[in-house]
Amino acid sequence: MAGNVWIVAESWKGSISDATYEALALGRELADGLGVRLEAVLLGHGARAAAASLGRADGVLYVDHPALADGVGEETSRALAALAAARGPGLILVPTTNVSWDLLGLLPARLEAPLVNFCREAVVSGGGVEFTSLLYGGKMAATVGAGAGPVVVAVLPGVRPAEAGKGGAAPAVEEVVADFVVGGGVRWLEYEEPEAGDVDITQQDFLVAVGRGISNEANVEVAEELAAALGGAVCGSRPVIDQGWLPLVRQVGKSGATVKPRFYVAAGISGAPEHTEGMKDAELIVAVNMDPSAPIFSVAHYGIVEDATDVLEALAEAVRKRKG
Amino acid sequence: MKILVLMKMVPDIVEELEVASDGRSLDQEYLRFIVNERDEYALEQALLLKDGLGATVTVVAPDAPEVDDVLYTARAKGADRLIKVTGLPAGSGARATAAALAVTLPAIEGALPADLVLSGCQAIDDLDGFVAPLLAGALGVPYLGLVSRVSVDAAAGKAQVMKEFAGGVMGRFEVSLPALLGIQGCEKPPRYVPVAKVRAAIGAGGIEAVEASAGTAVAPVEVAALAKPEAAGHAEMLEGSAQDVAEKVADILAARGLL
Amino acid sequence: MTQAIVLDVPDLTLDGLLDTPAGRALLSCIQCGTCAGTCPYGEVLRYTPRRLIGMLREGFIEEALAGDDLLSCVTCYDCWAKCPRGLRLTDVLLPVVKEQVLLRLPQVPPELQDALANTMRYGNPMGESPRKRAAWVESAGVPVPLLRDLGRPVDVLWIVECYAAYYPRGQDNARATARILNALGVDFAILGSEEKCAGECARLVGEKGLFDTLREQNLAVFGKYEFGALLTSDPHAFDAFAYVYPALGLDRPVDHTTPFVAARLDALKPRLTQELGYKITYHDSCVLGRHNHVHDEPRRLLEALPGVSLVEMTHNRDSTICCGGGGGGMWLDTFYKAKGHPRLSDRRVEEALATGADVLAVSCPYEVPRFEDSLKVLGGDDRMVVRDVMELVAEALAD
Repeated sequence: MAGNVWIVAESWKGSISDATYEALALGRELADGLGVRLEAVLLGHGARAAAASLGRADGVLYVDHPALADGVGEETSRALAALAAARGPGLILVPTTNVSWDLLGLLPARLEAPLVNFCREAVVSGGGVEFTSLLYGGKMAATVGAGAGPVVVAVLPGVRPAEAGKGGAAPAVEEVVADFVVGGGVRWLEYEEPEAGDVDITQQDFLVAVGRGISNEANVEVAEELAAALGGAVCGSRPVIDQGWLPLVRQVGKSGATVKPRFYVAAGISGAPEHTEGMKDAELIVAVNMDPSAPIFSVAHYGIVEDATDVLEALAEAVRKRKG
Repeated sequence: MKILVLMKMVPDIVEELEVASDGRSLDQEYLRFIVNERDEYALEQALLLKDGLGATVTVVAPDAPEVDDVLYTARAKGADRLIKVTGLPAGSGARATAAALAVTLPAIEGALPADLVLSGCQAIDDLDGFVAPLLAGALGVPYLGLVSRVSVDAAAGKAQVMKEFAGGVMGRFEVSLPALLGIQGCEKPPRYVPVAKVRAAIGAGGIEAVEASAGTAVAPVEVAALAKPEAAGHAEMLEGSAQDVAEKVADILAARGLL
Repeated sequence: MTQAIVLDVPDLTLDGLLDTPAGRALLSCIQCGTCAGTCPYGEVLRYTPRRLIGMLREGFIEEALAGDDLLSCVTCYDCWAKCPRGLRLTDVLLPVVKEQVLLRLPQVPPELQDALANTMRYGNPMGESPRKRAAWVESAGVPVPLLRDLGRPVDVLWIVECYAAYYPRGQDNARATARILNALGVDFAILGSEEKCAGECARLVGEKGLFDTLREQNLAVFGKYEFGALLTSDPHAFDAFAYVYPALGLDRPVDHTTPFVAARLDALKPRLTQELGYKITYHDSCVLGRHNHVHDEPRRLLEALPGVSLVEMTHNRDSTICCGGGGGGMWLDTFYKAKGHPRLSDRRVEEALATGADVLAVSCPYEVPRFEDSLKVLGGDDRMVVRDVMELVAEALAD
């Protein structure tokens, strides 16, 4: 794998995402192990200043083009594919977030390059790289090899601490021209912010999260009771939001918020990577699930195999008692 | 308006997954297949558009165990045409599936062009790529993923769609038709259809089986080993009745000064 | 007293309803309104059984079938029990009408939808793995053989049913029953992963296709084995096996665990030596009690337990109050709440608390979670616990 390691920097609403720094930290290890350069690639328009925080990379390749201003995957994937064709990187690490989603999906098609999806670990081994991917909602881990580069790697959030990808002096920025076709039939119009008035779950010290395992909407109230007793809020995983039991702003994980409360109860949540990426850094995590093999128990500090509603009720009572 | 919905079967994780003796694949003995959850939302989105604007909805799915039930359920819900793509090797990844569909779909009379192709935005077994964008790339139509609302202006040849970003923020996009959308959700949960209607659809039959043409895909990524994930750590398990464990958790909270 | 009888027609449709004796009898409704007065949701139902019959008779078919109103029927059998004409409202009229309602509903309440889809796919409404249906056996402490492992006929095929097999508090019932059957020396076995929901709630909520599918699948499994009788822990399954499966050929005796054990009380009595010291009030379930009039058997069992005193609630035996869980009600709590319906289980538990008993005994696995919830809601969980009769008998059983 002769080519350099690339990390596609993700800039959304003016700032570089944590997922970028996390992938950058992994990219640093891989580039060092392979003895190649680590290059961050930043695509945008008038966004060059954002490159300054990518100091853990050996250099930044910056592509400036009006068509890249809104981060539409149709264009970013073409620009990146053109650049990769010209430069021949060995690995292209892309954070698996909603911002990079379309780029990630389209890039392998444009480059005719293999993709390693759901990557939660990568190590240099025997001159190549061995990837570990989480499959089947986190129930299985596949050890995967990939042939000669370029290989596109979808890096799951949380692969390394974001802090490990920050720091370093401002890197050398090389502004490069990518030769790509503009106008892919997708046009960004505007962002719709969630309705104001609901609680901001990223600002809560105590979060009671509910998932599919709470069985019915009435049980959301049980979670509300515990949240009230703790002085926090209720949030949820995707299935609960899909059912309309909680608004989208209460979703934790992919498409939702990343939260770091002091105490996080995961009730009836199996712990698919899409959820755990949003809560794994909580200070104290207690998981309640009927399935003793639920992946959530590898993220939680304390685990309980019980009916989630029963435990939430009992915990609300215990908390109320202690608080007098 | 013509809408094509792509659905696929994935391992059902309600059943405990086991690794086969080759150490690289899933044990087939108790493996069951279920339709990819996001594909059900893609179908629902298509049916909502049909309800609102009128459309013909064609559902296409690669052959797999239990796929007939899924197709007939789609018919009972309102799909107009059911196509099963046969001959894809079992365990074909997203890459090979998309490559095969890219040459097979255009050869099916009346399937393409469609104004919209809808598919789930991802599946739990998408190790080597996502089918929707790969197919969009191969068909040369615009693609947008993580879509959870679609409204179509057929006369203008455009759709307005909402794509999910983080923290409840949605992006509004305009997409030129024909286009392929990776669906994450829709306005409402997928509809229920009584089993009697599904049984009637099964009785009526009508799945068109189409042999897949071989597509050309890049070499698949090689799975060297499959295993239940080694937990970086594991929770300390608390045991006892709900009241007992609640007291233990309250103790832990108190010890950390959280109460 | 109206008696439950085996349904004589396997496939009822609204059109075909009047071709059956029970259906033709509906035409003789005298529009007295007793059903409306006795219905626990009579004041929230747009069309009570009386109005429904009136509308159907006058040809207002689509009007009667529109909307989700009839999902409020929890099939308590009270309208049937009180009907002066003895009309089969609960188990003949309402399922046929509800089937049409369900076919017309643009959106089935999500909780019910999940339960029905799970039952279709996994054979249980919780969506648990069929392979884990007998997982409770590991903690039973006594032998619970699988029929397929025995390789010989058994006297009794015990259908554990979904709530007793999967629900944690239901498993207490299953383990207790296993101990009692062993103590009685009954030659029994279970189906384990081959067992599927009997489908009674699916039928009574109007999901006839699901019921038909389950019945076919279950009869196919029954047909693989030789057994003398069916025994089940679930009154709902009892009803399905006793009255609806026979139309497709099930010809074995069917019993529920409570009357089954009561009939063998003499053999068990010498071993019922553990002093319980409970004051118990017994809740007659709609299905086992009101529909099948099994009232004396549970009381005989409870009275035989050392140190037990029995007190009655105001509404008992055929006039019992419904827990709200029948006919799909188990999966409609959210729907009822959104409509502002009162919780029937709360009403029942209030009456139970008024007796001063410390144990609320039940014979239906649906009631345990419903009454435990209500006890918590009403703040009575420090005074009263809910126990299945089988749990209480097993507790009194010396090893």
